[in-house]
Amino acid sequence: MIRQEIKKLAVYSVFLAILILPMVGFRTTHFEAGRAFKVLGLFIAILVANFVAKVVRSRRGEDQLQKVSLGDRISLRFAEIPKIYTLGLLVAVAAVFPLLADNYMIDVGITCLIYVTLGLGLNIVVGLCGLLDLGYIAFYAVGAYTYALLNLRFGVSFWAALPAGVLMGMFLGCVIGYPTLKMRGDYLAIVTMGFGEIIRLVLNNWDKLTAGPNGLFGMQKPTLYYPGFHDGGLHLSVYSIKTLPALYYMILIIALLTLVGIRRLNDSRIGRAWVAVREDETAAELSGVPTTWLKLLAYALGAGFAAVAGAFFAAKLSYVNPNFFIFMESCIVLCIVVLGGSGSIPGVIVAGFILIAVPEIFRELQNYRMLAFGAIMAIMMVLKPDGLIPARRRRVQMAERRQLAGESNE
Amino acid sequence: MAHLALKNVSKSFGGLLAVDSLDLELPAGKILSLIGPNGAGKTTVFNMITGVYPPTRGKIIYDGKTLNRLKSSRIVARGIARTFQNIRLFKSMTVLENVEVGMHCRTKSGAVRALLRTPFTLREERAIENKALEILEFFSLRRYSNEYASNLPYGDQRRLEIARAMAAEPRLLLLDEPAAGMNPSETAELMQLILKLRDTGITILLVEHDMKLVMGISEIVSVLDHGQKIAEGLPAEIQKNEKVIEAYLGSGRKKKK
Repeated sequence: MIRQEIKKLAVYSVFLAILILPMVGFRTTHFEAGRAFKVLGLFIAILVANFVAKVVRSRRGEDQLQKVSLGDRISLRFAEIPKIYTLGLLVAVAAVFPLLADNYMIDVGITCLIYVTLGLGLNIVVGLCGLLDLGYIAFYAVGAYTYALLNLRFGVSFWAALPAGVLMGMFLGCVIGYPTLKMRGDYLAIVTMGFGEIIRLVLNNWDKLTAGPNGLFGMQKPTLYYPGFHDGGLHLSVYSIKTLPALYYMILIIALLTLVGIRRLNDSRIGRAWVAVREDETAAELSGVPTTWLKLLAYALGAGFAAVAGAFFAAKLSYVNPNFFIFMESCIVLCIVVLGGSGSIPGVIVAGFILIAVPEIFRELQNYRMLAFGAIMAIMMVLKPDGLIPARRRRVQMAERRQLAGESNE
Repeated sequence: MAHLALKNVSKSFGGLLAVDSLDLELPAGKILSLIGPNGAGKTTVFNMITGVYPPTRGKIIYDGKTLNRLKSSRIVARGIARTFQNIRLFKSMTVLENVEVGMHCRTKSGAVRALLRTPFTLREERAIENKALEILEFFSLRRYSNEYASNLPYGDQRRLEIARAMAAEPRLLLLDEPAAGMNPSETAELMQLILKLRDTGITILLVEHDMKLVMGISEIVSVLDHGQKIAEGLPAEIQKNEKVIEAYLGSGRKKKK
């Protein structure tokens, strides 16, 4: 077995060397060996680490006894710790992060959280309901433009524009969802991709409304009102969320609310029905699940979450333009969902951070950093085809489980 | 009072007439078997009753109301549930969840309630779980509650399909070849199970090739051949019916006699 693994390791390394060395190393005038080998070394280190882990595991004889993959073991490990502690720890780390990081890192953190929110939303459509959606970023654009337009034209505040953006997103989600209800798989993917592009092209060309490719700028930051004493009386003071840490906390809260919402949906009657539709649409319909309605609901809710992220994005930058919402963005969000493990909430969160943060780490490589993105995708799909943390369905409560265990022991 | 009635129902797929002017009456509380050679149109009848596709001509009436053109999920809500010839469970869901999905049309909590996790939703979720466990108990599948459906042994998967159908609280249950691939002892168990279900007051329409099962439990047997009903009656009558023997074995048999 070890021989096999060594062979695999060698093949992967050579493959990576062929891929990385010329693309990273060659400048117009000379070959930058140091920089190329630095990147190559990092990827090979990942492979070696994986190799070592496998060897150690096989030494312990675990592979023969039970084939439990790393992801399974991680999620099992997590299942043993009471969820509230795990979540608490993560939230604590996320909350302390801006105090320790510089502005650049906070900005990357914000981007990560935006994509996590988007990934969680798309997870409803792709992961739970099984509808391959390649135009998801359009709803993010709708959220962003709704806030931008309402704020610039009518001076509507962020909090008032947010529900409008969500409703707009949900409405368009249904508009796009409705004609595609009878489609499956590849056909659906193509049509959603087309609709996504239509929305971007409308934004790009409707000069009077959206200012076309120039984009819209100057939106206000979200504000908070809090009561306080000044000028000798009780007044509402205004706090504008404009510093990076403040924006970071705001998107953190949005992401957490999205997380809670999607967990609740996942564990509900609706979530079960979605998964049933994904597993076997005909059987679901014939088991009494109104599949048409549930698919529309998935589109609408997924679009709603994207619109929230979009409104935040527009408020944060105070600038939107149609080129933020190109097809590539839909792909990235889809990659986050698939890489994390379709339908898996922790998977989406981890994948969101990896796919957004890692290309940032490689930023010094300029355009080649997308190579890092691709390499991550390729390596992870080889090592973990079901995604980082494969989805597992909820089990019956602990007490029930013990009772069941007791029964089978008798 | 007739529970389910098919009146002059036909179905054609392009030029192929799968079911031809079929009349069928299913009295409440009985077990009716639909038999016939392969390709006789039995599954087509099932698909029309459950709204997979509408009949080309004719009417399907259930409890005095026509079912034509209703969506399958609405028909389930009206009280007709079914199983499939080739097992169609939700494989990556647990056994318990499979049954819980079956209860979808009898429960109410929508997305908003789920997002807010209202007391109503929590109460309903608990009720769903308890009811589903009860159903699994009835089908002696409870010890598998947390297993993924795809991990169950074949016979248990068949039973889980029936359990999922029963979760919709049907008054009419359509079983499409439930004994396919079962060994004799499993078939005997299945027979007891079907009788037990009938005794709870449910009407059963059965499509089956296993004659031991059909003749053992049916109160009425209808025989289809080339989309037409060629005979109907008590099991004992059907066994002697010349037309039926001919349909199954061909007309050459008589000459050999």
